[in-house]
Amino acid sequence: MSRAQAHFEALASWLQDRLQPREDFLLHLQGEESDFVRFNQGRVRQPGTVHQDLLSLRLIQGARHASVDLMLTGQDAADRSPLNAALVRLRERLRELPEDPHLLWQSAGESTTFVAPGAPADGQEITDAVLELAAQDGGVDLVGILVNGEVHAGFASSRGQRCWDSRHSWLLDWCLYQQGDKAVKSTLGGTTWDRAVLAARMEQARSRLPVLAQPPRRLTPGRYRAFLAPAAMGELMDLLGWGAFSQRSQEARNTPLMRMLTQGEVLDPRVTLAEDVGSGLAPGFSPEGFTRPEHVTLIDQGRLVGSLVSPRSSREYGLPHNGAGADESPTSLTMDAGELATDQVLAELGTGLYISNLWYLNFSDRPAGRITGMTRFATTWVEDGQVVAPTEVMRFDETVFHLLGHGLQALTREVELLPGTGTYERRSTTSSRLPGALVDGMRFTL
Amino acid sequence: MSIIAALSGPDRVRARFLEQVPAVDFCSLRLVEERTELLTVRNDVVEPVGEQIDAGAMITVVHGGGLGYAATSDLSSSGLRAAIERARSWAERTAARSVFDFRQVPMAHPRGEHHTLVEQPWEGLSLADKLDLLRVEVAAMTGSRPGSGQPGDDRIVERSASLLRVCSESLYLTSGGGEVQQRLDMLAPDAMVIAHAAGVTQRRSAGSRGMSRQGGLEVLAQVGFSGIGAHLRAQALELLAAPDCPTGRLDLLLAPDQMMIQIHESIGHPLELDRILGDERNYAGTSFVTPDMFGSYRYGSELLDVTFDPSVPGEFASYGFDDDGTVARREHLIRGGILQRPLGGSTSQARAGMAGVANSRACSWNRPPIDRMANLNVEPGSASLDELVQRVEDGVYMETNASWSIDDSRNKFQFGCERGRRIRNGALAEVVRNPNYRGVSATFWRSLVGVGSAATRQVLGTPYCGKGEPNQVIRVGHAAPACLFQGVDIFGGAA
Repeated sequence: MSRAQAHFEALASWLQDRLQPREDFLLHLQGEESDFVRFNQGRVRQPGTVHQDLLSLRLIQGARHASVDLMLTGQDAADRSPLNAALVRLRERLRELPEDPHLLWQSAGESTTFVAPGAPADGQEITDAVLELAAQDGGVDLVGILVNGEVHAGFASSRGQRCWDSRHSWLLDWCLYQQGDKAVKSTLGGTTWDRAVLAARMEQARSRLPVLAQPPRRLTPGRYRAFLAPAAMGELMDLLGWGAFSQRSQEARNTPLMRMLTQGEVLDPRVTLAEDVGSGLAPGFSPEGFTRPEHVTLIDQGRLVGSLVSPRSSREYGLPHNGAGADESPTSLTMDAGELATDQVLAELGTGLYISNLWYLNFSDRPAGRITGMTRFATTWVEDGQVVAPTEVMRFDETVFHLLGHGLQALTREVELLPGTGTYERRSTTSSRLPGALVDGMRFTL
Repeated sequence: MSIIAALSGPDRVRARFLEQVPAVDFCSLRLVEERTELLTVRNDVVEPVGEQIDAGAMITVVHGGGLGYAATSDLSSSGLRAAIERARSWAERTAARSVFDFRQVPMAHPRGEHHTLVEQPWEGLSLADKLDLLRVEVAAMTGSRPGSGQPGDDRIVERSASLLRVCSESLYLTSGGGEVQQRLDMLAPDAMVIAHAAGVTQRRSAGSRGMSRQGGLEVLAQVGFSGIGAHLRAQALELLAAPDCPTGRLDLLLAPDQMMIQIHESIGHPLELDRILGDERNYAGTSFVTPDMFGSYRYGSELLDVTFDPSVPGEFASYGFDDDGTVARREHLIRGGILQRPLGGSTSQARAGMAGVANSRACSWNRPPIDRMANLNVEPGSASLDELVQRVEDGVYMETNASWSIDDSRNKFQFGCERGRRIRNGALAEVVRNPNYRGVSATFWRSLVGVGSAATRQVLGTPYCGKGEPNQVIRVGHAAPACLFQGVDIFGGAA
């Protein structure tokens, strides 16, 4: 048992002894020991390490409940005092709160433990390798971030349930810049550090730079044939994750898939989407202690068949929940592969846009499923199956029903794992597995 | 209930740090304790009530030309010692391979303090009374009076109101004797209603916490929170029946709650010096602005005056010192339409050899400071709202941001708003729904033809500005009058 897990267990036991009759508690821990190293111009901009453990204590008295989140020091004696103060504070607060008709928590859950084997890589060793590879052959303009270390999560309840999940990984998210805003973006990570793998990916990225040295092609607004690489599809799915699959959004008639709910709209039958926790990187338990099902189909052959239902939505709408978080967003989204071989993408595209990355997507008409956003990085103009030149960034404004519906020409046979690179507040454990998509008549406006 | 107090207070942390300051060129400790409370009533039900007490310390070491940091929630002697060693190790290990020789940054050793003026403390009202404030507004969104037993309007499908309260206390210590204490009290109210009928959905809100300000409960009266539920309900229902916004090249009059995002995305971000220096190219993006533009580039029409002003009382991102200890003061970024200076803190200023502002900021103790907006304001002009409307022959008045998107150089943008009103022949006409517009930053501000007076100005702000690697979401303030733009590409929703 790691020091962090032992500390968590000790606090849970200590808290158990302080409960009063008819009280229950839920404890949820999110912690990390992470290196973050920023690079710019092939050199180090900001290197550092963050150690944090945020503990959430929820006190329940019947249908009344409230929570306090505390940042732990990691030392038993030091953490007991604020935890005890939180307990006292919560008892005071519960006297002022009404019963919650939507409260649902796990009172008899299964205890689970997952501890990834091995130890975290040495962040300074990876940093050295990145700098050396960037400096080879006269140097390259590398900018990005290395994230490395351990992430852990824990759950404990007064009913005796204990869950623990501890993983370690490194992730390099970087760009090699050729000129102006033209760059090749790459993401590589894993649990075991291997310099040779990074060297190969760095070389692969370098090989794509020469075409970006060409003068950028300026396109006029209009409809173009386009290929969305898996990373671009990832941006699209990230936006859809903001409400499209949420039961609450669907009930509020504010989902971008509303036309599928109310007007019988469908996507292309080759589109099948699922929340697949079994193949993802996120812990298999929720902050309320619920075990997430391994697989929830959301769209089956173009038809909306499922949603992500949090325990609260379960109570509110009278539906079974599937362990979704409060925001009811996917954590491990997968899309079924198609039949287009990746090495045939340019030939099938013919003449049009190869979109490596999209950027800053938002809904331009949310209930209608209309999305706007920008092309970014190594988006190129292709003529007769040959990459000709980079393009100036272009704005698209198009509905999801065109992109994944009547405009969809093909999905790639290969599906790419896209680990979540987000580090807001703490390291993300989300991921997605997506194919690329060939689309006809994608609308560009600026 | 304070973690830092539980660890024997800031005095003990100060003593532990000063005892252990290593023999390096520079070392600092930034101790932050932030207490956050979120109260929400949704569809007449109190959502889970939660408080967060986030406390920890960031150690920064500059040595031999390198810079390193280590952040820890372990504030014991051994915890701080480990963080100091880790930060020093990073600085030494990367010294010869840093993007800049950090010895050239003039590190400040300031002494002082700053705190928000609070008239009505958050704790002065009980939890039950605060929830009642929210219940009244959420009930009013249905159109039935609380306790009347009458059914509400079934076109209203989602209602909520909430209060986000933050109290942030910080202590900044440097190896050269600097010591700054600051306390910021903030309140971010919000309210939202969704109406749906006949296949049409419309949302009307307070702008996703766009009314955020510093202060205590007096902020609620300042932003007109009382009565907001009925106001949003009426406008959401009005939008359900409204025609779609027309398409065309029309004049555009923006309310302050849309000016906020326009300033933020197409002036604020492009002027951030770390973007110009390339730090953000892998994530938030670069900038169409280049260093040679400062002092001569015409960013907007001669009516455009933009200030960085962390001294505005009550504005959301006011402070006395930034997180590198630089004293904060008002500066013009754009004067008479001409670009003057970037948004760059002491490190970026040294790297670029340019004067900047005190905007080196971190979202919390666990992230390092980078160049951020704080309060970024468009200064008022002289026209009343009526006078601005009277100047428009054919146009649209837009309120409250609903959608935002801009390219990674912060040039090609597209924004959508919750509510529009047609303007014809100098008078406001019918309400229109799904108003959107697009443009290019480099030319858009030159089409500014009217700036509202101080009477049209609103002091607004948001807790949600994302940037940086590792990612940081930070609070920003934007005060602006209503502004009129000529000949803008305007359009409505999907057919």
